[in-house]
Amino acid sequence: MNHTRRNFLKFAGLTAAGLCVASAGGALAVSGAGSAIRDDEKILKAKRWAMVIDAKRVRTKETIDTLAKACHAAHNVPDIPGKQNIKWLWAASFEEAFDQPNNYMDEGLEKSLFPLLCNHCTNAPCVRVCPTKATYKRADGIVAMDYHRCIGCRYCMAGCPFGARSFNFMEPRLHLDLAALNKEFPTRMRGVVEKCNFCVERLAHGKQPACVEASQGALVFGDLSDPASEVRKLLREHYTIRRKPSLGTEPGVYYII
Amino acid sequence: MKLYNGGKIITGLVIFLGIFLAPLAYNAGKAAYIQPKLKMPENEKECVESKEFMRTKHMQLLDQWRDWALRDGQRMYVNSKGKVFEMSLQKTCMKCHTNKAEFCDKCHNDASVTPYCWDCHVQPEGLKK
Repeated sequence: MNHTRRNFLKFAGLTAAGLCVASAGGALAVSGAGSAIRDDEKILKAKRWAMVIDAKRVRTKETIDTLAKACHAAHNVPDIPGKQNIKWLWAASFEEAFDQPNNYMDEGLEKSLFPLLCNHCTNAPCVRVCPTKATYKRADGIVAMDYHRCIGCRYCMAGCPFGARSFNFMEPRLHLDLAALNKEFPTRMRGVVEKCNFCVERLAHGKQPACVEASQGALVFGDLSDPASEVRKLLREHYTIRRKPSLGTEPGVYYII
Repeated sequence: MKLYNGGKIITGLVIFLGIFLAPLAYNAGKAAYIQPKLKMPENEKECVESKEFMRTKHMQLLDQWRDWALRDGQRMYVNSKGKVFEMSLQKTCMKCHTNKAEFCDKCHNDASVTPYCWDCHVQPEGLKK
């Protein structure tokens, strides 16, 4: 062959192209083994999951604690004494919950407590500020977290106006009853933020959220976009409020007051 | 031809080669690496995919499972033979591989890798204080 510059460049170009094709083929071959994915036949689906809480029926510390216990047991949430506690569902007073102080409130409301949890907002600030997309919005309205990706920057905690997020300042396993762990759900590690996940892992297998199951009907969970759903029926029949509606985050948790 | 500072250079080269080849000398005559004997599940003969695939690609598979289950909400995996598995480390993998120390750790220790799965996922033996 004639050793000219032109021939050399042609050869080099072809070699480079060949290497590109070969490595791209290798990368494609990695994904799966010619397999498919699908969801469980029993899965509960919705366009927008929402919860209606009949606050008249859960208004004491004890009743809200039963809900919190069911939730925390299902998700291996530790109970840490002091300010560093982790909470997915907790109790708070009317003023803490709804930001509508009233000097002369009726005694019933003034003394009662309200179960609070992540509102799974339509315009969730935590999703917007998360730099790693560890917190993301699912198509069914649930604001979910991928703890593998969380870097513990706590922007989401600063962004959430509802205090629904907790940071693991310490190893959560130190404060868990290791004998009573739910072995079907992971724990978290030190340095990640966590919050209520509307029980996506239970919905995926056709089960209602743990707190709804434990509430004996006081909490109702359903599809907000379906006019015939149980939540829409309750919203039609009762006066309900949401937490801090003026912020425009569109919470998905409604309270019958 | 004259080599300036020849003595120092040659000594330096000898020392360098000595250090560089020390691992070879150290391991000379020792048996070659053998894959560790793993404790295989007793009730189940076939894994999610073939043994070779699982051995070399289980990390990629788990990575995809996580994204499919969490991000896409699709939790069922149909393998190349049409068998269906739930995509879950704790609910699927660990139901058969019931011993982390006798299965996961053996290869990971030999390969000197420390994946952080168990910082959050509960190992099948359960946790102790």
